[in-house]
Amino acid sequence: MNPRAGNLRAVLAPLALGVLAIALWQLAVVAFDVKPFVIPSPLAIGTAFGGTPATIAAGALVTGANALVGLVVGVVVGVLFAVLAALVRVIDEVTAGIVAGLAVIPIVALAPAFYTMFGADQQTARQLIAAIAVFIPVFVNTLRGLRQVRPVHRDLMRAYAASAWQATRAVTLPGALPYLFTGIRIASSLAVISALIAEYFGGPIGGIGRSITSAVSSSNYALAWAYVLGAILLGLVFYVATLALEKSAARHGGRA
Amino acid sequence: MSGIPTTGPVPIGVPAVAVAAVDKVFDTKAGAVTALQSVDLTVAPGEFVSLIGPSGCGKSTLLRLIADLDQPTTGTVSVFGKTAHQARIDQDYGIAFQQAGLLPWRSVRANIELPLELHGVGKAERGSRSSELIELVGLTDFADSYPDQLSGGMQQRVAIARALAESPRLLLMDEPFGALDEMTRERMQTELVRICGETGAAVVFVTHSIPEAVFLSNRVVVMSPRPGRIRDVLAVDLGGARGDELREDEHFFAGVSAVRELLHGDAAPGARARGVENR
Repeated sequence: MNPRAGNLRAVLAPLALGVLAIALWQLAVVAFDVKPFVIPSPLAIGTAFGGTPATIAAGALVTGANALVGLVVGVVVGVLFAVLAALVRVIDEVTAGIVAGLAVIPIVALAPAFYTMFGADQQTARQLIAAIAVFIPVFVNTLRGLRQVRPVHRDLMRAYAASAWQATRAVTLPGALPYLFTGIRIASSLAVISALIAEYFGGPIGGIGRSITSAVSSSNYALAWAYVLGAILLGLVFYVATLALEKSAARHGGRA
Repeated sequence: MSGIPTTGPVPIGVPAVAVAAVDKVFDTKAGAVTALQSVDLTVAPGEFVSLIGPSGCGKSTLLRLIADLDQPTTGTVSVFGKTAHQARIDQDYGIAFQQAGLLPWRSVRANIELPLELHGVGKAERGSRSSELIELVGLTDFADSYPDQLSGGMQQRVAIARALAESPRLLLMDEPFGALDEMTRERMQTELVRICGETGAAVVFVTHSIPEAVFLSNRVVVMSPRPGRIRDVLAVDLGGARGDELREDEHFFAGVSAVRELLHGDAAPGARARGVENR
């Protein structure tokens, strides 16, 4: 089999499976007369999605903006702390507990408290929740990358009598980049999920999570699912964008 | 101001490397391990000295002591009359390891320029120096390639060019051809002989290949393991113009046999007078 046919199959096979699953879903809903509050048919969801593309896009834009702010802030703070922890042992020891704590707290559960702290009419709480969720994988991955310096490179830097900062800039930071981008890729999905779930707990109107809850409460199940579809698309945009970043960073990041 | 240290005149009588009464003991979980015991070695400026011996004989450790990557437990190591530490700070040597150790995100040119960049050499000067070196190691067509696009032999040539970047008067090489296939290896050896002839640098070369040591060296230092000691030093002067035809030469074969006998000889380490040249 030639490679092009292989590629084609790699694309077509999952696509065919998806189409088949949707067809079965549609068939089952019609055949068994499943009620919309249990699950609407894909056709109904598609119609709802096609009927209000502008509102769904507007909601996705609000949630997406919160996720993006959270992603940027979380990445900057995560990288900063990882560099500090890699350079200064004490900071590493002090932050280890905090990071472990952050990793086990269900961060979105803090949403109600944050809405009170920053005001329920502000997006700040949602952005902060996304930022905290992003911080952890970015910090952990970047720190791991910073610790991956190969002995031969360490010897080389010593042989060159390079200062700690020179060695960090020449070897440690570029070597950690692929790890950082892997962290960002993992964090990007978390940013969208956290920003969206935070909307369930209050805060200003607008945002795709808010739209899902209000559509459900007004018994418009097909519309609720249409918003879910919008949320999936939003998550995909974040994931694909950060995946592309990761791939480009890894181009010459291999071992040599 | 020239940022590149030049191969300046060496004061007469000052050896490139002087190792005196060096012991090196590593403290491991299993207890103290003596890697080197009462090692004495002098390398003259411009001289090519190979360290050969079985695994665990401390030859790499000895090289690391000269490079000031490790410190001796007792004894002294001096490089061009300075302490090894001062020589490292002054960048008196270039070094190449068994792994090329190139930075994968830097092109061939940028890898070679790395030491110059770290030591504040200007951009224009870096560029002309790296072009010279790329030509010297025959990688003109690959200046802008990345390490993952090169074969192992080519990567090692980049590493050697990088070691030569600051025109050091001393080259320290730790099995630089160890991971290469035999044919590439012989070609690299021939190139190294040519490069050393052109630069006039002294070389301390760690290897476990007998023909390699004999082909390259003015003197071969034979070491024995546990604890690492210098068993013998063999002078092999095959002349300045060493080409591939030398590999068929009877003097070469004689040198190979002599080193092999020393390596496998049952004389207990220290039983012979150390440092005596077996002329």
